Amino acid sequence: MNLAVKLPGQSIDLNLKNPVLTASGTFGYGREFAPYGDLNALGGFIVKGLSLAPRPGNACPRIIETTAGMLNAIGLQNDGVEHFCQKILPEIAAYNTAIIANIYGGTVEEFFELAARLNHEEKVSALEVNISCPNVKHGGVLFGQDPKMAAQVTAAVRRGAPNKHIIVKLSPNVTSIIEIAKSVEGAGADSVSCINTLLGLSVDLKTHRPSLANIVGGLSGPAIKPVALRSVWQVAKNVQIPVIGVGGITNAYDVLEFILVGAKAIQIGTANFISPTTAFDIVRTLPTVCQELGITSLDDFCGSLEC
Amino acid sequence: MDNQHSTRLKVLDLVPFGQADPLHHFYALRLARPAWTQWEPGQFIMIRPDSFGLEIPWGRPLGICQLNQRHLICFFQVVGRGTQKLAELKIGEEVTVWGPLGHGFNIEDDTQTLLLAGGMGIVPFVGYVYSHPKPWNLTMLFGHRAPLDCYPVDTIKERIALDTLRETVPGDLDNLIFNLEERIHDLADQNGLVLACGPRPFLKTVQNFALKFNVRAQLSLENRMACGVGACLGCVTQTTEKWPEAEHADSYVQVCTKGPVFWAHQITL
Ligand SMILES: Cc1cc2nc3c(=O)[nH]c(=O)nc-3n(C[C@H](O)[C@H](O)[C@H](O)COP(=O)(O)OP(=O)(O)OC[C@H]3O[C@@H](n4cnc5c(N)ncnc54)[C@H](O)[C@@H]3O)c2cc1C
Ligand SMILES: Cc1cc2nc3c(=O)[nH]c(=O)nc-3n(C[C@H](O)[C@H](O)[C@H](O)COP(=O)(O)O)c2cc1C
Ligand code: FES
Repeated sequence: MNLAVKLPGQSIDLNLKNPVLTASGTFGYGREFAPYGDLNALGGFIVKGLSLAPRPGNACPRIIETTAGMLNAIGLQNDGVEHFCQKILPEIAAYNTAIIANIYGGTVEEFFELAARLNHEEKVSALEVNISCPNVKHGGVLFGQDPKMAAQVTAAVRRGAPNKHIIVKLSPNVTSIIEIAKSVEGAGADSVSCINTLLGLSVDLKTHRPSLANIVGGLSGPAIKPVALRSVWQVAKNVQIPVIGVGGITNAYDVLEFILVGAKAIQIGTANFISPTTAFDIVRTLPTVCQELGITSLDDFCGSLEC
Repeated sequence: MDNQHSTRLKVLDLVPFGQADPLHHFYALRLARPAWTQWEPGQFIMIRPDSFGLEIPWGRPLGICQLNQRHLICFFQVVGRGTQKLAELKIGEEVTVWGPLGHGFNIEDDTQTLLLAGGMGIVPFVGYVYSHPKPWNLTMLFGHRAPLDCYPVDTIKERIALDTLRETVPGDLDNLIFNLEERIHDLADQNGLVLACGPRPFLKTVQNFALKFNVRAQLSLENRMACGVGACLGCVTQTTEKWPEAEHADSYVQVCTKGPVFWAHQITL
């Protein structure tokens, strides 16, 4: 079965070997998982969020396990986009798979500069614009909660990186995800990914303190799958651009559920922690599961939900 | 490291430790031997039984107690839902294991080396004592709360001088701290090496004395972990300006890949 997918963009298309990507922040820079599977087998991987200047990230503890999920407040720790381009990208450039750069700026201007810096990096297949991080003080989810701001950021990235497919990553922490999706589509996004984490809280009864130093954190994992599915379904019905589904996917059946409601491609996040082989296992089992369910073309199956 | 991989390993047996502990909180877990070509004492594995289902997403980090031709031995204490599930494993059942992870302790054949273990911090030292080519250069101080027979001390006792201190009343802690100070101080004149593993307050005490007396010391941390492979940045610890890579000095580094063993002067606890 041919698993290749095409995400037709308003400006630039994105072609993937298969619909399985790994989600930003859960797969490092790809190479961390090289001992556990063949990275070339993946549709692509999305690297940890990049900012202009290095960011140390938040105080610890930064993660806590919850029922069927986890909360994180990493705070976008990274060594900055320059370090990525000069030190990391050359190390991973030889992989024959899509490398997608996830970017985060504190201002519209920073988003523009990030996009401009990455525009000429040949090995970067696409940019994913994080306007939905709940764990940073400036920008982050604030951009993703206001349709006007979301459009401004999208337009800035579009201007900065005219050669790249631009994915805008949406937050579920909004009143209407449809409104934000339409707004970024209008501003030139080539596709959208939904969803980023949901804002949550965990407390410790023994110490009477929050489990995370940041107090609140982003919820991810199997617990959020229904919210992610609902978001993808709503967005896919209301925009023309492709939708990438992310949230709680742990196996090939989950992948097909997202494709059924309208996702062209998907991302594996927290499930990479269940086992470092999860993403590879999903790529390997997807054809068999399609066969079992009588699915012969992912394109035909995409968005075929009857309701 | 090419050596690392993820695999399914059969449970060979699960033996409760400690006659005096009716709650059976301590277990030795023997697994079939993974196909690693090499490992160092102080390295660890991530282990995940199928019974975690989707409800408990993360694997659990456990130190490598011993590895020989036939098996991998881990040792754990039940402290929560994950270790409780590990305690319910059945012989013949398969678990997912990835490793060996992180960097181990220094082995310096001819250096007077003091091993300091607090509670379950004893685990990596079982393999360490076993692997050391000149065990007569090793001494150990072990602070613990549960009765001594709850811990895997037998193989250590056979090979090296082991002193134990049980903490039952508050005064015992002062005694332990006094002993730690004295033993670390003694090493200063011999250009010795201190290796420590245990709860954070214990490591902090060791770090203080090592810095005070200028004794080389390595500390093994037990931070919360999700991935174990350096990807999530959840397990990080704070470095000092003495951290060898300039871009991560006075910043955060992953305990799972840059540790779990760190030089005492390179991190802030
Ligand atoms: C590198 C490394 C090696 C380790 N080696 C061993 C070992 O050989 N044997 C062993 O018994 N344990 C070891 N641990 C600790 C072990 O991983 C934890 O006890 C375990 O993850 C707890 O899981 P749980 O689901 O039972 O507890 P949870 O339900 O997650 O937590 C229950 C309680 O345990 C505490 N806790 C959770 N994680 C840790 C932790 N990492 N360290 C200390 N307390 C914790 C929590 O704060 C809570 O109070 C190691 C940890 C690390 C990072
Ligand atoms: C530890 C961790 C770090 C993350 N870091 C980022 C990030 O840097 N940028 C980003 O856009 N999303 C980040 N995310 C969100 C994920 O990419 C994903 O959208 C979310 O976890 C939902 O998917 P999941 O349920 O499959 O994990 C992070 C998630 C986790 C768990
Ligand atoms: S546990 Fe994920 S980076 Fe260390």
